[in-house]
Amino acid sequence: MTTLLTQGDISAEIADEREAYAARVAAGAPVENHPGRGYAPYRGSLLRHPERPLVAVHGDPEAVELSGPVFGVTDVTAFDHDLTRQHRGEPLGERVKVTGRVLDRDGRAVRGQLVEIWQANASGRYAHQRDDHPAPLDPHFTGVGRTLTGDDGEYEFVTVKPGAYPWRNHVGAWRPAHIHFSLFGTAFTQRLVTQMYFPGDPLFPYDPILQSVTDESARARLVAAYDHDLSVPEWALGYRWDIVLDGPSATWTEEGR
Amino acid sequence: MSLAPTPSQTVGPFYGYALPFARGGDLAPTGHPDTITVHGHVYDGAGEPVPDALVEIWQPAPDGSRTGAPGSLRRDPVTGGIIGRDGVAFTGFGRVATDADGHYVLRTLPPGGAPYLSLIVFARGLLHHLCTRVYLPGRADPTADVLLASLSPGRRDTLLAAPDGGGAPGVLRFDIRLRYDGVHEETVFLAFH
Repeated sequence: MTTLLTQGDISAEIADEREAYAARVAAGAPVENHPGRGYAPYRGSLLRHPERPLVAVHGDPEAVELSGPVFGVTDVTAFDHDLTRQHRGEPLGERVKVTGRVLDRDGRAVRGQLVEIWQANASGRYAHQRDDHPAPLDPHFTGVGRTLTGDDGEYEFVTVKPGAYPWRNHVGAWRPAHIHFSLFGTAFTQRLVTQMYFPGDPLFPYDPILQSVTDESARARLVAAYDHDLSVPEWALGYRWDIVLDGPSATWTEEGR
Repeated sequence: MSLAPTPSQTVGPFYGYALPFARGGDLAPTGHPDTITVHGHVYDGAGEPVPDALVEIWQPAPDGSRTGAPGSLRRDPVTGGIIGRDGVAFTGFGRVATDADGHYVLRTLPPGGAPYLSLIVFARGLLHHLCTRVYLPGRADPTADVLLASLSPGRRDTLLAAPDGGGAPGVLRFDIRLRYDGVHEETVFLAFH
């Protein structure tokens, strides 16, 4: 017998998780910058996270993970960063420019590294065979982009704003509009896959994936800022989103800390 | 200075047309005599295979170099399609999605100067990726390696790739268990500080 989960059920669990986190921090526990892997309101996490704590590897300057893969001009083509130019015609939707810098926790720019994105089209449909949301596919939009960061760690994509879409976590579950990001640092320890959200989305409080980041200021770091100076008159709206990669790097070790 | 990091979020179910690339798991040049094949299933806490996981590896080159090389997803500038590694540069990076049966296969060359491959797994349902290591048989001394020596034998075994009984030489099995399923030990996952 299956009980249908409502938004009310999930929202109550989200509130409980937030309260539990506030109590932990009040009792002296550290700020949690990342989601806990077992976050019950996101039902898909339940069977897919370890029971046991992670085993810490530290103070090993020989760890292979302190170095990482590199990419170059052969891995990215000139138009990969412009998702509106990958087909014969232009995609439907609100054209946006998304730009920012990729930094490490010491504020150093991550240079020449690969940034990959993927997203739903303006109607909230992925160009993926298994996405059966009955919203139209756009023959002029795939929703995949790549670029290499510049000397200041900067990246830029041109795309259309993705639509919100329903999913089956619970009855009436909708994902707020988001762009998936995949990032590399100078070390494999800094690898990050995440999602960027658009400011002011009314779906934020209902979404267990965004809310899995229980710390409010950490959650805010997943939301891009609308930047009117980035907007291009008569052409596109501009959003700024800087990304800070967690984890030690080889440089960090070389400094002997 | 310490900037607050950007939080992780799940890779979700729809990365499949964005992240995997042709021959992403084939780090070894085709036909290289030293090629090792590392393969296995990704399982969840119910013991079921995970068909929507993504596995990445990073490793030193056979000569011990850790600088890596570009060209893992080398592109055709005419069509934008992926033409794959050139077979000369060893990029040290591999990426492969699990198939409908939760299975992945990597073909690579043994790393120089380290007894293991570094492995990251992403999956729908996993809010923050998991890191582990694939230790290669005959190369790791379980009593000398700091990480292996710190683990109980049962836990340690989850990090050891095993010669695959029915397979050809150089074929190794490494299953990834995201969570204890009531029978099998869950894989040891690592945190780096």
